Amino acid sequence: MSVTFHILVRLTIKTNYMSTLLETKEVSKYFGDFQALDSVSIQVPKHSIFGLLGPNGAGKTTLIRIINQITMPDTGSVVLDGEPLQAHHVQYIGYLPEERGLYKSMKVGEQALYLAQLKGLSYSDAKKRLKYWFDKLEIGHWWDKKVEELSKGMAQKIQFVVTVLHQPKLLIFDEPFSGFDPINANLIKDEILQLRDEGATVIFSTHRMESVEELCDHIALIHESKKILDGKLIDIKRNYKTNSFEVGLLTHDKKALQQTIEAKFKVAPAEFKSLHDDLKLNISLESEGTSNDLLAFLTAQSQVVHFKELIPNANDIFIQTIQNNHS
Amino acid sequence: MNHLPLIIKREYLTKVRNKAFVLMTFLTPFVMIGLALFVGYLSSVNNDTVRNLYVLDETEFLSESFKTNDQTIYTHLSDLDLETAKTLANQEGAYGLLHIPKVSLETVSKSIRFYSEESPSLSVISSLESKIETKLSELKLQNIGVDLDLIKASKTSVEINQESFEGVKTSKVGSVMKLIFGGTAGYLLFMFIIIYGNMIMRSVIEEKTSRIIEVIISSVKPIQLMLGKIIGTSLAGITQVAIWIILGFVLLFTTSAIFGVELSQTPQQELLNEALSNPESTDKIQMLIYEFNSLPIVNLMLAFILFFIGGYLLYSSLYAAIGAAVDNETDTQQFMIPILIPLILAIYVGVFTVIEDPHGTISTVFSFIPFTSPVVMLMRIPFGVPIWQQVVSFLILIATFIVTVWFAAKIYRVGILMYGKKPTYKELFKWLKY
Repeated sequence: MSVTFHILVRLTIKTNYMSTLLETKEVSKYFGDFQALDSVSIQVPKHSIFGLLGPNGAGKTTLIRIINQITMPDTGSVVLDGEPLQAHHVQYIGYLPEERGLYKSMKVGEQALYLAQLKGLSYSDAKKRLKYWFDKLEIGHWWDKKVEELSKGMAQKIQFVVTVLHQPKLLIFDEPFSGFDPINANLIKDEILQLRDEGATVIFSTHRMESVEELCDHIALIHESKKILDGKLIDIKRNYKTNSFEVGLLTHDKKALQQTIEAKFKVAPAEFKSLHDDLKLNISLESEGTSNDLLAFLTAQSQVVHFKELIPNANDIFIQTIQNNHS
Repeated sequence: MNHLPLIIKREYLTKVRNKAFVLMTFLTPFVMIGLALFVGYLSSVNNDTVRNLYVLDETEFLSESFKTNDQTIYTHLSDLDLETAKTLANQEGAYGLLHIPKVSLETVSKSIRFYSEESPSLSVISSLESKIETKLSELKLQNIGVDLDLIKASKTSVEINQESFEGVKTSKVGSVMKLIFGGTAGYLLFMFIIIYGNMIMRSVIEEKTSRIIEVIISSVKPIQLMLGKIIGTSLAGITQVAIWIILGFVLLFTTSAIFGVELSQTPQQELLNEALSNPESTDKIQMLIYEFNSLPIVNLMLAFILFFIGGYLLYSSLYAAIGAAVDNETDTQQFMIPILIPLILAIYVGVFTVIEDPHGTISTVFSFIPFTSPVVMLMRIPFGVPIWQQVVSFLILIATFIVTVWFAAKIYRVGILMYGKKPTYKELFKWLKY
């Protein structure tokens, strides 16, 4: 019995360990007197899309640069796929920085080949894969054009191709959609999801919450150099749920009904689209109340045409956590 | 992973394929030769103008000094008063009127006047002055009864034959030749540093402004990128200089083939021909050839290559650091001055003290200070510098280079990711600690 348990524990630890692709341990970084990171630890699970969130200047880019070995941490360490981060790891990482560009006077094809070779691909491999991607995105005819002849959106497509070309295990996108037009942004989003499905792990840094909602499985929130929140997005949402419901009720006398409900629950006006001229309310339950209790109470008073649990969105969580942190 | 060859290749190809670079490479020799021809033409035009000088010599004894030649026609006026002569000279468009009043030999030197419409050229006046001076002193000597032929016969030309204790002969002409050798080497290095150092700096700034830098340094170490840039640009520079030299020679030979006749008539050519026919100058030329052969050619070549590379790398790493520290070229001025000062100092020391005393304290000290040593040492070496001095100086240079590259790489590493305001020296110093 105890032996089986022991093995089970070891197995769990092993799988846990193996399922983390990247881990930063207590990473701190100073620039002069300014502390950019204060012992930040994150674990990025394999095959996940990990959102690295935070306001501008929180330290996201510094952390990403440390993972890319552009700067070194003052203290703490980074582990990639079970190994302490080393110089040769750059070939397993694809990085699309926030400040991105291309050599303006270089031809597209030559430039893509150069950047791919810097990531460790051989010339022939790079050429083959570039052909695949250029065909896929229908940009093959750009090969001999100079970058300065391309539009911004075109250049961004090439930057994206160059980032993913060497099939990195870990993809890091710093504000990938800033400056992308909606069509390209969508295209890139679909490609990111596809790369994740094909086995890549994605770190995705942004302060735009709507894309977090769409893409991320896990998040970490960095604020003023510290990590103040992390975990699975769904778990975080559960923790932040307020046990509130959005309801639409049909009744003859809205005022009377609202008073009846207010006597029992915490109520706020709500706004949503509906086909009826109904009373729209947000109703918060006490922690022990369940949705069935509320529904039973409401059906006794009126006809329920709309009933929906209020799930906190990433934006709310973001703002709330940062405000809590200030107070 | 060693990406250095890849980076060097890209830097080299980008530079070499650049349209402005190609244009510069192939146009410069033409422009230079064209300019030389143009200046030659201008000076020949200048020489061709014939000046008409009127001379009113009331003393009569100076007249024979002014003999008409290719450039000047002297018209001797007589039996005219000064005012009439002036009017005449003016009406007939003479270049000017030289008036020598009838006074005694002792006072005439102070009372000669030159009248002209415009202020006369300096060379005309000095030539007149020297003619009059010679004649007057001859006359004075004659007056006190000195035989001029005796004086002529007593004129002696002295040439001290120089020889070192080891028996190596040198001469003044040889020193000039050495100076030309050393000066050319030093000046070449100076120009190379300024031209291609700037090119490196611009290429670093370009990477910053095009925002590609972060993508690149997520794949390669900044120091690799910096070294690749320096080496690639230098190779492009060497290519350019090589093309200049080859093209320059080809052009020189073709132009001298086309204008061959005229070239052989240049004054230098005439002087050379004259010298060759004169037994005394043949000695000098033989001495020159001897001196040339006794130049430490192997040492010179080796030192040139080593000090050139060392000096160039030292300065170009600084240029790269400046490029990394700023966002655009206009911001570079403030940081360029500390680089240019030692360079210019080196050239001045080289030109003024090495010519005076190639092994004096100042030349020796400056040929050890790393930021001036490449230029000054290259200028000194033709005069024979002990090997140990060259080795020590080179080792100091290399040691400084290593420190400078470390320093430059630090600034580079931090600077390439910094955008926005221009950093101060204090901030640069702080970056060293990041």
